Amino acid sequence: MTGAPLGALTLGQSGGLGASARVWIAILLIGVATYGFRLSFIHLFGRIDEVPARITRPLRYVPPAVLAALVLPDLVTLRPSVAATLLDDRLIAGAVAGVVAWRTENVFATIAVGMATLWLFRFVVFA
Amino acid sequence: MLGIVPFALVAGIAAVDAGLGLAEAVGMSVIVFAGASQLAALDLLGSNAPLAVVVGTAVVINVRMVMYSASIAPYFADYGRRLRAGLAYVLTDQAYAISVAEFEENPGRSHWRYYLGAGASLWVVWQIGTVVGVVVGAGVPDAWGLTFAVPLVFLALLVPAMKDRPTTAAGVAAGAVAVVAAGLPLNLGLLVGAVTGILVGLVTEARER
Repeated sequence: MTGAPLGALTLGQSGGLGASARVWIAILLIGVATYGFRLSFIHLFGRIDEVPARITRPLRYVPPAVLAALVLPDLVTLRPSVAATLLDDRLIAGAVAGVVAWRTENVFATIAVGMATLWLFRFVVFA
Repeated sequence: MLGIVPFALVAGIAAVDAGLGLAEAVGMSVIVFAGASQLAALDLLGSNAPLAVVVGTAVVINVRMVMYSASIAPYFADYGRRLRAGLAYVLTDQAYAISVAEFEENPGRSHWRYYLGAGASLWVVWQIGTVVGVVVGAGVPDAWGLTFAVPLVFLALLVPAMKDRPTTAAGVAAGAVAVVAAGLPLNLGLLVGAVTGILVGLVTEARER
């Protein structure tokens, strides 16, 4: 065990499973499934001639859909008032970073500008 | 290639934040080797979500690898089973994207050499970045909000993924539904949002024809 957060995990709903065991089980299961996805058609090709469009068409929408579902709830929290929602430092920083991502398509620039904007509002403007 | 450096650093920082040790963080980067799913899994591990939710969410994020596998498979069809098994391990968004572009432009090039060169370099950068991120992440105070870099990475990946009308519609619908459904238990808002987005993308595509 390596510290307080892990200790808290052990006492959680993991059913007696140690925190480190929990982490390793997650890593292994995710790793095996991910490798299976990677190997799927690279392995199968030769047995089947062409990948059916029924499989490839919906997959095209997985990246934008999953990424948007991941990122938006981290930036936007619905508050009692519109003003409180719009004056959140994470939403402002996210909006600025979104413009940078769109104009530059550069991960580094997006992170740098996004973090700088967050700090500007958190430590200067809203302080 | 350099674009994944900050991404890898964030993976290391997020691992520390979720309470993982160095061995666990590196183990995840070696065994899973897929950034977005690692970040999502770390976020959920840190908030003590049930194991099934952690694994389920990360696995859903990586389903797109099936699409890359299907798309790149014809280029590897002549290779032996073992080589193909090895090539599959380093299949990532970046290795896929640059390899397929190169294969189309220069058909004469050795497919496996070019792809493995790209994939292995990305792998090395990813592992080093994770270690540096763990070291850095352990030394920076929480007030700086370094984990905000996680949604920023997702944002940087999301914007280029919305490249035409159907993919944009998919992203907008998924994001809106996920925000509204954020209160659902077991992080189900993510799944509901993602499924809605995929359906909206398919419907938009069908309407355009």
